[in-house]
Amino acid sequence: MKFHFKTDYDQDIRLFPDWWNFSLYAALLVLALALPLLIDPFFLGEATNVLIWAVAGLGLMLLTGQTGQVSLGHSAFMALGCYSCVLMMEANVPFVLAFLLAGVITGVVGALIAVPALKLHGVYLAIATLALAILADDIIVLLKEWTDGVNGKMSPPIDLFGYEISRWNNPVEWYYLVLTVVLMVTLFYRNLLRAPLGRAFAAVRDSEISAQAMGVNVAQTKTIAFGISCAITGLGGALMGLFAGAFNNETFNFLLSIQLLMMIVVGGLGFIHGAFLGAVVIAFLPQVLSMTTDLFGRGVAIPGLESGVFGVILILFILFEPMGLYGRWLKFRVFLELFPFARKDMFKRQKSYLKTERLR
Amino acid sequence: MSLLEIDSVTLKFGGVTAVNNLSMRVEEGQVFALVGPNGAGKSTVFNLISRFYTPVSGSIRFDGQDVLKMAPHEVPNLGIARTFQNIELFHQATVLQNLLVGRHRLRQTNMLAQMLHLPSVRAEERAHRHAVEEVIDFLDLQPYRNSRIAGLPYGVRKVVELGRALASKPRMLLLDEPASGLSVEETQNMRWWIDDIRRQMGITVLMVEHDMGLVSKVCDRVLALADGAKLAEGTPAEVQSHPKVIEAYLGTNAVSKGGKVA
Repeated sequence: MKFHFKTDYDQDIRLFPDWWNFSLYAALLVLALALPLLIDPFFLGEATNVLIWAVAGLGLMLLTGQTGQVSLGHSAFMALGCYSCVLMMEANVPFVLAFLLAGVITGVVGALIAVPALKLHGVYLAIATLALAILADDIIVLLKEWTDGVNGKMSPPIDLFGYEISRWNNPVEWYYLVLTVVLMVTLFYRNLLRAPLGRAFAAVRDSEISAQAMGVNVAQTKTIAFGISCAITGLGGALMGLFAGAFNNETFNFLLSIQLLMMIVVGGLGFIHGAFLGAVVIAFLPQVLSMTTDLFGRGVAIPGLESGVFGVILILFILFEPMGLYGRWLKFRVFLELFPFARKDMFKRQKSYLKTERLR
Repeated sequence: MSLLEIDSVTLKFGGVTAVNNLSMRVEEGQVFALVGPNGAGKSTVFNLISRFYTPVSGSIRFDGQDVLKMAPHEVPNLGIARTFQNIELFHQATVLQNLLVGRHRLRQTNMLAQMLHLPSVRAEERAHRHAVEEVIDFLDLQPYRNSRIAGLPYGVRKVVELGRALASKPRMLLLDEPASGLSVEETQNMRWWIDDIRRQMGITVLMVEHDMGLVSKVCDRVLALADGAKLAEGTPAEVQSHPKVIEAYLGTNAVSKGGKVA
């Protein structure tokens, strides 16, 4: 077990607590940068897909993991991010500007929707946002003058400062583009967590009543969380649409929201690592499933298999590992560090039955 | 002018009158206790000051400012911090993070600066941490600095909640049953802390407490409530020997038989 001898407050404020931790993440970054040299273009495309899922997942993680508000409507915000980005690109707005503006637009719309929606709590909020996701599907069809409805749109090639990046011709550049977005979003996320706003998110999640008593404006904090969350998810949606090559209303149907939610639960609610681990599961599961059915079913497709397996995995995680994959790793690490003194109940959640919720 | 002035406040829940025409004054530097049987409306008075409830009539003024005009999250900006009867900490966060939330009202940087972690944010974080460390020193919380609340014993949580309130640099502290559920030793500690909070930090304390031993040791002034109305007010000794108070706690027979109850 490591002991940190602390001599400076900055040691708790810095992104990495010590050199060992820093070198681990530096090694991971080097690996990520060198990935195009190590694997062939097909798997590089898969890696890009994982990172895109991770961006969208980080958005929902901020809302659900950090602020404690469940949303099943994030597919709508992915759609909004995607369509606004592509429409601006078609109007000859430079890609970087269009991409960032798409995030801003999604964030502002998300915050506006949050004002009435966040008066609801728990499962009611989930249902209200689910309605939003289902509505978005229809709205895309109704607005076919702009969105081309069910026929869908082709993603234009990305023009980055005069250098064209297309999905098929430049997979390596695409990968680096997505990696840059992932790094920026993760850095912003970490910065928020170590600042007053991030602590206000946690305060709202754990006890609204005492957050208020400490001067946290609960409604405002939730709205900000929803806005930032939607902005990040919108960026993820824009990347997803551009990466897919073509997209329509079906690309962003409400199942996408459920996949997003499942991703952060399986990865580990409230951990940045959780969004990435969940993204790996979500992105590779369809591949693994199709390989398995090829092996055993001789190529006969089983309808609904994918959603079925997703559902079973989600149920198993909620029952047996609510802290997700990253939580399981943390437990394993503590077990090794304390060996043989780790106790089984160390991570058990204490339930508190005496809550002051009746004040609401 | 008194620091806290409550004038003829009445609060009704449907047909139940929770607080009935209550008036009280808390002077700056006082330690003031609210006592009374269960359901007398003591915590309700706290929740009125915190603006979780709005009274039907009456006024609440803190340092001359109308508290009733404010939203619940604005009350701490006046310099009022509080603890809760059932401990309302942020369970999934560490002790340090809980105490830092106490500093929330004193933050000065905006969201964008925080996202980019500008030098101003870093400087502010250091200042907050320094202030929080002083609270940690004062309450001897050093061993628990990085522990999550979810794994801490009850007595420590109680102290962390006091610390979180102190971290916000209040002028008045509302303590809802600071000694409930504490051991004899922990209650002793609480007594010294309340004394020091008043003497060293110059913070006015308003508390709800059942432990009359603690109340008579630390409080200057006591107000007894029953069924939402004021029964008696005065020094701890005066209130304890007041016949109406004895009646409220022990019933009418006790008074008529002996007149004096131990």
